[in-house]
Amino acid sequence: MTQLLQAITSGLGQGAAYALIAVGFVIIYKATSVISFAQPALMAAGATAVALLTGQAGLGFYTAVVVAVVGAALLGAGVERTVLRPMVGKPVFILAIITLGLDVVIRNVTNRFIGFNVRPMNDPWGLDRTTLLGITIQHRHLAALVTTAVLLAALYAFFQYSRTGLAMRAAAIDQEASQAQGVNVGTVFGLSWAFAAALAAIAGVFIGAGSTVDQQTWVVGLKALPAIILGGLDSVVGAVVGGLAVGVVEALFATYQGTYMPWLGSNFSIVAPYVLMLMVLLVRPYGLFGTPEVQRV
Amino acid sequence: MLAVENLEVVYDDVVLVLRGVSLEVPRGAIVALLGSNGAGKTTLLRALSGLLDIHEGEVTKGTISLDGVDVTHRSPAQLVGLGIKQVLEGRRIFAEFTVEENLRIGAHAAKTAPKESMARVFDLFPTLADRRRATAGYLSGGEQQMLAMGRGLMSDPSYLLLDEPSLGLAPRLVEQIGELIVEINRQQTTVLLVEQNANLALSIAEHGYIMETGKVVMDKPTTALLEDEDVREFYLGMAHEGETKRSFRDVKHYKRRKRWLS
Ligand SMILES: Nc1ncnc2c1ncn2[C@@H]1O[C@H](COP(=O)(O)OP(=O)(O)O)[C@@H](O)[C@H]1O
Ligand SMILES: [Mg+2]
Repeated sequence: MTQLLQAITSGLGQGAAYALIAVGFVIIYKATSVISFAQPALMAAGATAVALLTGQAGLGFYTAVVVAVVGAALLGAGVERTVLRPMVGKPVFILAIITLGLDVVIRNVTNRFIGFNVRPMNDPWGLDRTTLLGITIQHRHLAALVTTAVLLAALYAFFQYSRTGLAMRAAAIDQEASQAQGVNVGTVFGLSWAFAAALAAIAGVFIGAGSTVDQQTWVVGLKALPAIILGGLDSVVGAVVGGLAVGVVEALFATYQGTYMPWLGSNFSIVAPYVLMLMVLLVRPYGLFGTPEVQRV
Repeated sequence: MLAVENLEVVYDDVVLVLRGVSLEVPRGAIVALLGSNGAGKTTLLRALSGLLDIHEGEVTKGTISLDGVDVTHRSPAQLVGLGIKQVLEGRRIFAEFTVEENLRIGAHAAKTAPKESMARVFDLFPTLADRRRATAGYLSGGEQQMLAMGRGLMSDPSYLLLDEPSLGLAPRLVEQIGELIVEINRQQTTVLLVEQNANLALSIAEHGYIMETGKVVMDKPTTALLEDEDVREFYLGMAHEGETKRSFRDVKHYKRRKRWLS
């Protein structure tokens, strides 16, 4: 029982990071109908920036995080403005392919900064842990969960109550009607990318926390893909549930599969989220929380 | 004054839809723009509010000016800022928003706080006040039209462009919408009213334009339009007994020939 709860909590801690990346996907998708495949690279870029800023540059961890997140947001908005905006109106699958190219470019540049070294994150959590009611939980997982909860609450308030948040929601529903109200949809696109990139960078911090950053870190960001497809492309709630579910399934397989299903081979936990995704899609083709008419790209 | 001069609009780089349209909307007036389906009325409004871009449309010739200042190629956001606001055909309210959220987004470009304009809108449309927390998609057709107009008014525009507000509404509601437009105009908002329902438009406007296939074919004070035989026949449905229905264009040809003969 303890082992099960422990697997679930660590899965949730890891899943929180996937959820942040996935929410970024959904924000961009809702605003522009494009799936941005650049999210994993932006995640890795954020993680790398923090590792380098705390390492070589000697910045404090939290200062480094703020710099990295703001930098990622500017990068996201800049990329949207210069690369994607001129393509608005082209079929969305072409735009999706362009984001795939962006992913490669951002990854290459990031990898140059990483080099062949393994860069420590220098985060305050490391592998510290606390035992609560018999369950051991890692501080980095606790921090990821708390941060994700706070960010989601802030995002909810922003979209619900602020003028800009309302405009972003309106543009996601009907671009022409929102333009007729004076909403600048270009600004909405840019902001969506800025938000998505910032969330990806924060996710990168938690993915690297207690561990290191190297040239393969971006691969972890791919786990947000089964998360959004699981949850439904156009649902923020779905992205969060999907992200957490992927984390938990992964942790459960890592803990139990060797004992109960050794014939699946080692490291099956890596593919487990995709198996879960396929199973959900068989029952609900548009994801758990998605809108039925949403098209897939 | 909002003035359109010799305007040409092309869609998708090839389809010429407006072929030299000129029109004037003096401050304080209600001007009607009539014409059958596909005449180019909506396209003209899009040109005025900057919404051609999203439809792959473009002004290729002519000018639009606001009080003498050329505003032809401005963005929708700039034009809303200048006080030109279009209420789209088919209402196009944000169905999953509440009534209040729809009004708040209407105030996106407003200089004043939404509270004040909202009070004005609720004053004009009391049913919206009663249903302010309701999901807009559940409102009736008439209420949705009022919401669309209220949303338009939230930024306190000087020019309100209404695209077929009576579309799909029961006669009693059409009459109510007409009264509301008059009241909105009385509160210092100039109105350009696009309609297929000529009865409504000509009963409240002081001047009217009639468009056919991308051109203005008639431009008269409404009193003159109401007396015009062709207008009575083709736009007010007062056809003479026994006569077969001809298109308005045939009449024009006939008239032209007659003039040429005489
Ligand atoms: N986005 C578009 N692309 C191409 N043609 C269009 C587009 N929108 C309208 N049209 C064409 O322009 C003409 C005028 O349309 P419209 O302005 O909607 O007329 P109205 O509002 O008077 O019914 C029609 O022939 C219509 O088919
Ligand atoms: Mg029309």
